[in-house]
Amino acid sequence: MGLGSLVQMALLGLIAILFVTLGALAQDAAFAIHMFIFAAAAAIAVIYLARSYGQPVAAASPEAYLDGVVRAGAIATVFWGVIGFLAGLVIALQLAYPGLNPDLEWFNFGRLRPLHTSAVIFAFGGNALMCTSFYVVQRTCRARLAFGNLAWFVFWGYQLFIVLAATGYLLGVTESREYAEPEWYVDLWLTIVWIAYFLVFFGTIIKRKEPHIYVANWFYLSFIVTIAMLHIVNNISIPVSFLGSKSYSAFAGVQDALIQWWYGHNAVGFFLTAGFLGMMYYFVPKRAGRPVYSYRLSIVHFWALIFLYIWAGPHHLHYTALPDWAQTLGMAFSVMLWMPSWGGMINGLMTLSGAWDKLRTDPVLRMMVISVAFYGMSTFEGPVMSIKSVNALSHYTDWTIGHVHSGALGWVGMISMAAMYHLFPRLWGRKEVYSLQLVSWHVWLATLGIVVYASSMWVSGIMQGLMWREYDDQGFLVYSFAESVAAMHPYYVIRAFGGLLFLVGALIMVYNLYRTVRGDTRAEAPVGVPAAA
Amino acid sequence: MIKHEKIETNATLLLILSFLVVTIGGLVQITPLFYLQNTIEKVAGPRPYTPLELAGRNIYVREGCYLCHSQMIRPFRDEVERYGHYSLAAESQYDHPFQWGSKRTGPDLARVGGKYSDEWQRQHLADPRSVVPESVMPGYAFLAGKDLDYRNIGNHLKTLTLVGVPYDKGQIDNAAADLQAQATGDNADAMLKRYPKSQARDYDGDPKRITEMDALVSYLQMLGTLVDFSTFKPDVSR
Repeated sequence: MGLGSLVQMALLGLIAILFVTLGALAQDAAFAIHMFIFAAAAAIAVIYLARSYGQPVAAASPEAYLDGVVRAGAIATVFWGVIGFLAGLVIALQLAYPGLNPDLEWFNFGRLRPLHTSAVIFAFGGNALMCTSFYVVQRTCRARLAFGNLAWFVFWGYQLFIVLAATGYLLGVTESREYAEPEWYVDLWLTIVWIAYFLVFFGTIIKRKEPHIYVANWFYLSFIVTIAMLHIVNNISIPVSFLGSKSYSAFAGVQDALIQWWYGHNAVGFFLTAGFLGMMYYFVPKRAGRPVYSYRLSIVHFWALIFLYIWAGPHHLHYTALPDWAQTLGMAFSVMLWMPSWGGMINGLMTLSGAWDKLRTDPVLRMMVISVAFYGMSTFEGPVMSIKSVNALSHYTDWTIGHVHSGALGWVGMISMAAMYHLFPRLWGRKEVYSLQLVSWHVWLATLGIVVYASSMWVSGIMQGLMWREYDDQGFLVYSFAESVAAMHPYYVIRAFGGLLFLVGALIMVYNLYRTVRGDTRAEAPVGVPAAA
Repeated sequence: MIKHEKIETNATLLLILSFLVVTIGGLVQITPLFYLQNTIEKVAGPRPYTPLELAGRNIYVREGCYLCHSQMIRPFRDEVERYGHYSLAAESQYDHPFQWGSKRTGPDLARVGGKYSDEWQRQHLADPRSVVPESVMPGYAFLAGKDLDYRNIGNHLKTLTLVGVPYDKGQIDNAAADLQAQATGDNADAMLKRYPKSQARDYDGDPKRITEMDALVSYLQMLGTLVDFSTFKPDVSR
């Protein structure tokens, strides 16, 4: 307080003025809007500091955990999850019923799809990772988060990144790099936020009071470091003007394609896998009340996983103009990757040894186990699809979409939501969630939704692939492309229904967690206990 | 496993080792693509985009066309018959960023240039189901109503030279004039000379205006038309 906060306010005020100026000089409307959003964020920070100026601050004990930021992260996870699932349902319906495209530039499928993927991966998944990593690292290191309130900067900075990315997609600001669409200035902002995230996380490990670094933290750390490397290299580009949104990638054609899929596949490998394995390694043993099954297995599969994953990118480019040697190398490593992936699955599932009975009575643990099972399923399907002759059929089809969703909804979604069910009561000092019966409803709705989604996409994907290559006995192609599009309609409707089930489950979770925060407990029969005769 | 205790009790060691481990794959796979001679085939034809095509390409990127349309024909009998000769790396050597795509909700567009008339392209973009009843594509009628913003087109070319696209001084200095010439067909001789195999005409059917529709249709109409395949010899070692 005092002088320090006056200096902060002055700096933030200058930053706000700078961004208003940049906005006024902007060469395109989207850039202007984004500069004004930056300015507004700085202005809000000044107002917040001014309002708290002179107020006595309850001196936080240096021993106490910083959990306010974890609570905020948990709320953000749930909020963005619902937004992301809803956006997914909307674009699924647009594919089934193209009349739902308003033919206005902001809301056509091409601009909404990156909104959906980023909302789910980066807004929902990213907040889940940040919030659980902050929770887990404090408890496993027995240390408060490092660098004071820097964790709060990470939280709000990341939400600002999400808002900039999402509004950018609607305004048509994109680099067209899948899962890395935001333009150069948003990339720079994310880099700053990410470095702060690394400092908080690594700084907390450095000041730990436990001699050993717990296995969950190895995964979180490698996720943070690798994502930094991937993000920076993949986004190297030169802006046309420092006052405009458009930039051109530093790389072209074949090199650009491999760098993008080196990034793209490891966004899966490190963002959607390593980070969430960190989550699994803390919450599954906690919930099951059992130690991690095998310490040795966790060491072997950690190093094997992070070493092998990074090679798998070229399987996104089979039979393209990428040289054959790179494709074959990518395929070989993708197949090998099956083993360390299953190492993680086995370690997660076997942690339940001696506690399998809890699956009957604890739907949260049930959700975790289903999620690890989906992890095992999709990390088997992935290597199969990376085999060139399988990929010849599956590539460019809905099979890939189904595969991604069994991983994203099944593994990432379910482990995150299970972690939220575990965290909310603990963060708000409640004994248990409002209703375990409602959790059970969520588990089955979500599972059913994913099964409906994935199987409809298997059928449509394989059918598409077969229709494209179907020849008649005269040696002519049987189907026009348009006929294959028409054949997809029923599966697109079924897929949207699967997505709806998943969304309904998530809405039940919102209600359940809201009542939990309020401190309510539902009068209900315990789960899995037969009613007295 | 006793040795591992050293790593898991030393945060810096864990950080450095795990970072080293994740750099190897990328270094081995990506760096050779920048120096191996046979990565990009030697063929006659590929050239940098004209200013109008480039503006159209930027609209293609902006609208997310790549999310449903690939520009990468694989060397299979059915794809070659459906779309044309399989794609070469040389054909995207000036593509910053690449637009190979990953999904075919709609057909591949790598060689769509010249397959349909401008009129068909315009009508299809404005109302896809009026010409392809089975289509699930959104409509892009608004492109015909939006004037193309090409005030900075020269700077776009200049920026691309920084990342290795060989635009010469004449091309940069005349970028705006070339764009106008190509979108109207008027006084286009100098422009056609600067960009071999380019085509100049009023693409959007509205000779009074240069719209985003002009730019996008000009880009679609040149896709896959540049390479002279009589000069292409497949390299078996590639």
